[in-house]
Amino acid sequence: MIASDENQKDESAGQAQRKAVMAVLAHADAAEISGRLGTIALPVHENLREPENGLVMVRGRVGGDGAAFNLGEATVSRAAVRLSTGEVGFGYTLGRDGRKAEMIALCDAMVQSAEFAEIVEAKVVAPLRAAMTAERNRKAAEAAATRVDFYTLVRGEG
Amino acid sequence: MTTVAELPAGFADKVLSAQSTFRSVMDAMARPGSVRRIQSGAGTPAAMMRGSAAIALTLFDHDTPIWLDPAMSETSDVSKWLKFHTSAPVIADSSIASFALIGDPAHLPPLDRFAFGSNEYPDRSTTLILQVDSLTQGTVFELRGPGIDGMATLRAEIQPHDLFERLAVNSALFPRGIDVVLVHDDAIVAIPRTTRLVAKGD
Repeated sequence: MIASDENQKDESAGQAQRKAVMAVLAHADAAEISGRLGTIALPVHENLREPENGLVMVRGRVGGDGAAFNLGEATVSRAAVRLSTGEVGFGYTLGRDGRKAEMIALCDAMVQSAEFAEIVEAKVVAPLRAAMTAERNRKAAEAAATRVDFYTLVRGEG
Repeated sequence: MTTVAELPAGFADKVLSAQSTFRSVMDAMARPGSVRRIQSGAGTPAAMMRGSAAIALTLFDHDTPIWLDPAMSETSDVSKWLKFHTSAPVIADSSIASFALIGDPAHLPPLDRFAFGSNEYPDRSTTLILQVDSLTQGTVFELRGPGIDGMATLRAEIQPHDLFERLAVNSALFPRGIDVVLVHDDAIVAIPRTTRLVAKGD
């Protein structure tokens, strides 16, 4: 029982990590991912699912908790890659760049393998994440500089 | 995760492989009894032959319910593979299936368990994909019907032995009926519902 709980915890920790990696890679530039992947020795892998384009229905909720509605369709690319050691990675990204989806899938598979997880995190994901955070902070600072605080003075006669 | 890790890959070249497989199936349907080859580089689950795997990847999608015979559904490999690559629903009720994959044709269920289509929509019938022992030797079948100039001769090792007798319902039901694709390794032969058996011998 305890063992299975621990397994579950491991699994969700692994999933959280994959999710974090996916969040970075999906937003990163394809050229940058490929540049960084080029710096490490890639494991032997095969395409389980060749990169393909398709449409997904993007759904939204009014105010975040209202009834779901269909916002519109978005183009996505997806791919699945399997390493020779058996790990399977999936890549989904907005747009028609199949090569990018393939690279994301490869990173996802490598993140799951004990052998490559660290090097991918250090050489690919971490630098991209740092660049993304820096860019986000820069934009936030830019916006913050022009921020106007609105407030209402309490009038005396109330 | 391990379950997905054991999945064989799909077509290496999706578009061209699907097109050439479609062409082979179409030619086979147009010339009943003739043997066509399927050339495609697809991974194949253990229970499936190359030809049936290529047909599955080409013709199955989320709109085509699939029925698997006990030989195919013995392990979950085939249904998992189909779901991953084709997203086709695998169903237990053969009477609403668009395709039936038969790995052990000797125990083919009675044909009335499958869909014959309706008079308005005869296309809503089940296409049987039968994996047979040989399409080059065995019993000689002489076939007649549309798409055949005179008589076509098919030499095949087909289970069940009375397949063509069972398919005789097609002539009574027309335009409803059952279409059959025989598969052996990468060779396929189509027996559409209009094809009739004339003679059979060794």
